[in-house]
Amino acid sequence: MLKRNVQQRHRVVQVITKFLIPMILLFAFYVQFHGDFGAGGGFQAGVIFASVFILHGLIFGEARTRLVLTPNALRILMSLGLLLYAGTGVVSLFLGGNYLDYSVLLSDPISGQHWGIFSVELGVGITVAAVMVSLFYCFSSKRNFVGHISHPISESELDSDG
Amino acid sequence: MFFNNHFSVLLVVLPLMAAPICVILRSSKASWLVALISNLVIVLLSLSLLSHVINGNVVRYELGGWAAPTGIEYYIDGINAILISVVSIISLATLVYSKQSIRKEIAQPRHYLFYAGWLLCLTGLLGILITGDAFNVFVFLEISSLSMYMLIALGRERRQALVAAFRYLILGSIGASFILLGIGFLYAATGTLNMSDIAERLPLVNGSRTVIVGFSFITIGLLIKTAMFPVFSWLPNAYQFAPSAVSSFLAGTATKVSLYIFLRFFYHVFGTDYSFGNLLLGNILLPLAVVGFFVMSVVAVFQTDIRRVLAYSSIAQIGYIFAAISMATEQGLTAGIIHIINHAFIKTALFISVGCILYRYGTANINQLGGIMKSMPWTCAAFIIAGLSLIGVPLTAGFVSKWYLISAAIDSGWWLIAAMILMSSLMAIIYIGRIVEVFCFKNSEAEGVAKVKEAPFSMLLPLWFLIIVSVYTGINGDVVVDLAKFSATQLLDNLPGLNNPVGNPL
Repeated sequence: MLKRNVQQRHRVVQVITKFLIPMILLFAFYVQFHGDFGAGGGFQAGVIFASVFILHGLIFGEARTRLVLTPNALRILMSLGLLLYAGTGVVSLFLGGNYLDYSVLLSDPISGQHWGIFSVELGVGITVAAVMVSLFYCFSSKRNFVGHISHPISESELDSDG
Repeated sequence: MFFNNHFSVLLVVLPLMAAPICVILRSSKASWLVALISNLVIVLLSLSLLSHVINGNVVRYELGGWAAPTGIEYYIDGINAILISVVSIISLATLVYSKQSIRKEIAQPRHYLFYAGWLLCLTGLLGILITGDAFNVFVFLEISSLSMYMLIALGRERRQALVAAFRYLILGSIGASFILLGIGFLYAATGTLNMSDIAERLPLVNGSRTVIVGFSFITIGLLIKTAMFPVFSWLPNAYQFAPSAVSSFLAGTATKVSLYIFLRFFYHVFGTDYSFGNLLLGNILLPLAVVGFFVMSVVAVFQTDIRRVLAYSSIAQIGYIFAAISMATEQGLTAGIIHIINHAFIKTALFISVGCILYRYGTANINQLGGIMKSMPWTCAAFIIAGLSLIGVPLTAGFVSKWYLISAAIDSGWWLIAAMILMSSLMAIIYIGRIVEVFCFKNSEAEGVAKVKEAPFSMLLPLWFLIIVSVYTGINGDVVVDLAKFSATQLLDNLPGLNNPVGNPL
């Protein structure tokens, strides 16, 4: 009963939050994809994107946010972002340019530069967003995140025989 | 060959990409394999780079196709090609060793994080060595340091490991931010971040106070990072409480890479005349180095944990290297570089053998390890050979470095320093001899000693590989000495700058 009352008390905040979440997401995408023309880029967009999940966690409880974006998905996302960044460079190596030389990505160097920075910034955005949310999970819960970070290591967990 | 001119960048990109793959795979065995294979490729790449550079070539690689003062440039000459090979070989050896050792030290679900952190740390260390851009040095320094704090915190004695990692984090961050401030001042004075370019433009603003302030910041930051005598307090705990594979890796590489930054900045960027002539860097470093190696050797004698003995001995060895570097002569610099290489192999071997003992006995306390020579002959024999090398007994690598160190000191007319080095080597006899005595001659107090087996083969293999390398370089000293002489002359000569490129791209 008590729990329900608490939720009732936050009804206004919850409704406003639900209204705000899509807007913030949209703004994050704007900052992400407008980064090559104006102010913005992967770092800022990633943080704005992650702030949506942090807001959701603060208002609805972090347990419910975990259902939306599971720690496992975050682990994969943050690795994929880095791979996308480094992979763009490897693609440019295979196309005969130097590492991260975007000009060789497409036949037209200018649009090559454009799409190169685009994919690199997307990688940055994905990794930054995933890392921000997992930091929030780590600080906000005593539950294990990746592995057993919050618990001291016990002898039984270790492999005892050589 | 297709990839020939991209070898330098692949050295950094391979571990950088292997790390997230480990995180995705999440299995202990698979991530070990990924780490091992990428490390093997890195060793091959670094050796082929070394064989190219040793002919006097300088490799320059423009990232993203942007030419040097604007873009970031990778710059490889003798000194960094040598250290890249040393770091990647040591990383490979300790990685082979780590598979068994972390089974007893780190919980299974965290193994993939261990390997991912390891690869990122390797990325950072290789990046520092390879880059020719001053700001890039700072970025890679942070990559390697942050992953190192994480690796140390994984240590078995959880509470102490966390405190040790936190202490390193605080001091390391202070050091890194000093370096960043210094680079900032240099940028303000010269308007460029490329190291060769800074080196060319610095004479134009020589008297400027901005440059002196930048110089001082970089000096202090690097002294903290290398664990030089008065600012070493992070090192003993970090080496003692980190997982044994990490302390072996750290002992061989981390401080050596910081020493490389030191060489690069003060011999190449600022120039020998400026740092050691005008600003008297030698007069500041030498007393600290001498007091450092002497006092730290004495401190090492009184430690009970073997890992701590080795940690204090590491600080002493850094003192030797700084003493050699601060002579600012070709002999001194050669001796310093020889000792950087030899000590990296010796200390890694020592830490690995202590790790093997830790694996079987669960303790590195000297009082509880009586007579273990009987149960672990191979490990103890390796420890003794590496220990002799640390002392500087003939036919070991340590002898070659001590020989060049003392003859460089005598050439500079520093008889007192030469005597101090010999005295301090006597201390090394005491602290290594004390351990060897316990291993061989003291009777075991514990009853269950008979049951303990020799360490597994996969741990002995890298250990004996390192021992053989260090004995070989002891008998045939020319290998390391020639490399060191070559890179010392290259550092002291005016290196090819941007406007007079002697070095041809591959």
